Amino acid sequence: MYCDRCGDPAADGDHTACAAARALEPPRFCPDCRRRMKVQVVPTGWTATCVEHGTRTS
Amino acid sequence: MSEILDRARAQVLTDGVGLDEAAILEVLRSPDEDLPALLQLAHDVRMKWCGPEVEVEGIISLKTGGCPEDCHFCSQSGLFSSPVRSVWLDIPSLVEAAKQTAATGASEFCIVAAVRGPDRRLMDQMREGVKAIRAEVDIQVAASLGMLSQEQVDDLVDMGVHRYNHNLETCRSHFPNVVTTHSWEERWSTLTMVRESGMEVCCGGILGLGESLEQRAEFAAQLAELDPHEVPMNFLNPRPGTPLGDQPVVEGKDALRAIAAFRLAMPRTILRFAGGREITLGDLGTRDGLLGGINAVIVGNYLTTLGRPATADLELLQDLKMPVKALSATI
Repeated sequence: MYCDRCGDPAADGDHTACAAARALEPPRFCPDCRRRMKVQVVPTGWTATCVEHGTRTS
Repeated sequence: MSEILDRARAQVLTDGVGLDEAAILEVLRSPDEDLPALLQLAHDVRMKWCGPEVEVEGIISLKTGGCPEDCHFCSQSGLFSSPVRSVWLDIPSLVEAAKQTAATGASEFCIVAAVRGPDRRLMDQMREGVKAIRAEVDIQVAASLGMLSQEQVDDLVDMGVHRYNHNLETCRSHFPNVVTTHSWEERWSTLTMVRESGMEVCCGGILGLGESLEQRAEFAAQLAELDPHEVPMNFLNPRPGTPLGDQPVVEGKDALRAIAAFRLAMPRTILRFAGGREITLGDLGTRDGLLGGINAVIVGNYLTTLGRPATADLELLQDLKMPVKALSATI
C-alpha cells in the first residue's frame, strides 16, 4: 500500500503531514500500485482514476 | 493610530481615490496594533464604494496539467516533477459543474485551462462548452485560457464570455523570478486586448511568491493602473515538486494587511478571495478578510486543490449579513 499523496510506501516513514495536507488536496497516487492517477477537481468534489485500479471519488 | 490611516480615510473613504504605491507600502508596513483599525477602514471603503453584496463564483479546470510554461508556483506545469497529470474535462461534466455552482447561488462560473494560450482544439471545446452551459444553466460564464490573439478575443466575445481572467501574478519587477517562459508585458498585452473588446477584465495574482513588501505595493499600484473589474487575491499554497514548493506561506496578519492595502488601492473593484486562503488565514481569517475589504469569493474547490465547502462560506455570509450578489445584478 502507498501514500496517495506522495506515492511512497505507506509503511515507510511518517505520512502525518501528507494526511493533514490531504484535507485540502485530492489524492494523486493510487494507493494500490502508486501509479499517478488522472484527477479531475470540480467545485463540489473530485474523481481520481488509476488505469489499473479504477476510479475513486470524493 | 498611524497617520497613513487618517490620510487613507480622507482620500479613499471620503473621496474614493485609491492610494498610490508609496502610501500602499506605508499601509503594508503598519504595525500589528493598527490592524483592527486598518481592516475596519478597508471594510468601510468597500461598503461605501461597492456595497454589502458579495459576488460568488465557482471555477473549473477544463484542461488540467501539461502546461508548457514554467510559472514556479504552479503544479500544472509540465516542466516540473509535479504529481498532477494532464486531463481534459468532457462537456457533460462541465455543464454538471456549472449546475452545481449555480445551485450555491453563484453568479459566475469560470472555465480555466492550463495552457500558454488556447489552440484550435481548446477554442472548439470552449465554444461547445459555453453553448451547452448557456442552454441549461443561469450563470455568467468567464474564461481563463492564458495569452490570447485578437482573433481569439473576438471569438470569446462571440461565444458570450463576459469576463476574462488573466492574472499578472506578481509585480513587474518580480515577475522574471517567477516565470521565465513569457513576460509580464505579454500578459499586459492580452489584458489590453480583453479590455478593448468589451469583456470585463479579471486580473490579480498570488501573494507569497518571495516578493518584498515594496514589490507587493508595486503590484497593487500596477493593478490599480490596469483598473480591472475584478482582482482575485490568491495566497501561495506551496505545491510539491514546484520551484516554490518549500516557500513559507504568508503570515495571516500580513495577508490581512495586504487585503486591506489592495482595497485602499482599488476602492471600487471586486476584490475576490481565491486560492490559498484556507491555509494562510483559516476560518477566522476568512471572516476577518470579509470584514476587511473582500467582497467576492470563490466557493468550493479550486483547480487542483480543495477549498472550504461552499456551505461554510454561504453560512458565513449569512452570519455577516452580506447578501450574495444576484445573477440579475451582474447582467
